[in-house]
Amino acid sequence: MSDAVLVTTKVNGDVVEYACPTDEVLLDSLRDRVGLTGVKEGCGTGDCGACSVTIDGQLVCACLVLGVEADGREIGTVEGMAEEGELHPLQQKFIEHAALQCGICTPGFLVAAKALLDKNPKPSENEIRYALAGNLCRCTGYDKIIRAVQDAAKDMRKSRKR
Amino acid sequence: MRYESPATTKEAVALLAKEKGEAHVLAGGTDLLVRMKSGLTEPALVVDIKRIPDMTTIKTTQSGFKIGAAVSGAQLSDHKALCKAWPGVVEATNLIGSDQIQGRATMVGNLCNASPAADSVPAMIAAGAKAVIVGKGKRRTVPVEKVVTGPGTTSLKRGEVIEAITLPKPAKRTGDAYLRFTPRTEMDIAVVGVGISLSIERGVVKKAKVCLGAVAPTAIVVPGAARALVGSKLDDKALDKLAAACSRACNPIDDKRGTAAYRTRVAGVLARRAAKIAYQRAGGAA
Repeated sequence: MSDAVLVTTKVNGDVVEYACPTDEVLLDSLRDRVGLTGVKEGCGTGDCGACSVTIDGQLVCACLVLGVEADGREIGTVEGMAEEGELHPLQQKFIEHAALQCGICTPGFLVAAKALLDKNPKPSENEIRYALAGNLCRCTGYDKIIRAVQDAAKDMRKSRKR
Repeated sequence: MRYESPATTKEAVALLAKEKGEAHVLAGGTDLLVRMKSGLTEPALVVDIKRIPDMTTIKTTQSGFKIGAAVSGAQLSDHKALCKAWPGVVEATNLIGSDQIQGRATMVGNLCNASPAADSVPAMIAAGAKAVIVGKGKRRTVPVEKVVTGPGTTSLKRGEVIEAITLPKPAKRTGDAYLRFTPRTEMDIAVVGVGISLSIERGVVKKAKVCLGAVAPTAIVVPGAARALVGSKLDDKALDKLAAACSRACNPIDDKRGTAAYRTRVAGVLARRAAKIAYQRAGGAA
């Protein structure tokens, strides 16, 4: 039996408290204790990116972080992307380009793509492919995902200029 | 499992020294958490070093750089001065895994995990990196090549932790490079890795260090390969000698990624290419 620790963290801007066993990964804490099931478990070993979240703005796999490590940090998940009921441009473009089929990998792709665009608003196709190399999709063949990210980046640059 | 996140290296060392059961340092966790999940290790104590300021920062010192043990690959690539001074070291570390992995994975973790195929290790060794090792009441600094003793084993004693990696300030007209070969273009483990650093004067190589990865139980320094470069302007003859010396030094395994014969040959090919990049970075005409 592992010790349980009380963790106070911020998830998508809201202060959240949970008690979790010390050997529990953040993926499980977010899903089972905070109720954010947008974070998916694919491989559980950091290879597939389905559990991509940000910690203090840094993109990571939640399956390779302990839940207790979140104490005092700020976590970002796919649930934090839409604002005031309006989808994030990436989410909107994923729908328009049909950049998803089964949907398991989608939250991870969205979080990883947002992390890329936050750093690099005008990525080349190559840069997008490299930045999303840690996210695996077994349905779409990636092309639609890349197009959706390119299109979203274009719209976001336009709205920033306005 | 007890989880501790001390604020100083001293506290971390005390916690590790006191623990009678299995104890592990947690930096990026990209190896440790996978091993815990698969049941390969069941630590009684995990010491998270990411709340220790000395371990989470890159310091520029008079003699070079001091990179904390918990500094991630992403932090390295964001550090302009370090990228300029030792691009080979940063690129080698950045080859490990995806952006998600780069957000967590550390050079020291890569070193202490002690895989023969660790990408950052040959680059660090070629660049003359040293490990700052802290134990109870003691602190020692050793060349990185003295840390790993075999696959999965290190020379660290119980209760010792690596606090940081130091890299020297590069001498004028110094360049470094790291190249690896993997069967896939991304997200794979090296079949061969080559780290080279060299310094030139009027186009002539004055100093060189060559280190190979994934072709022996540990990363190996190849003095004969360095000798092949010194005194040359990186002409074909010198590069042939370099390649031959690298292939001769190989003692690889056969596995699904590559046969021993293949690894041996590729070591020479990659060494030539890495030497050219390092030479160009040192300011030599390609």
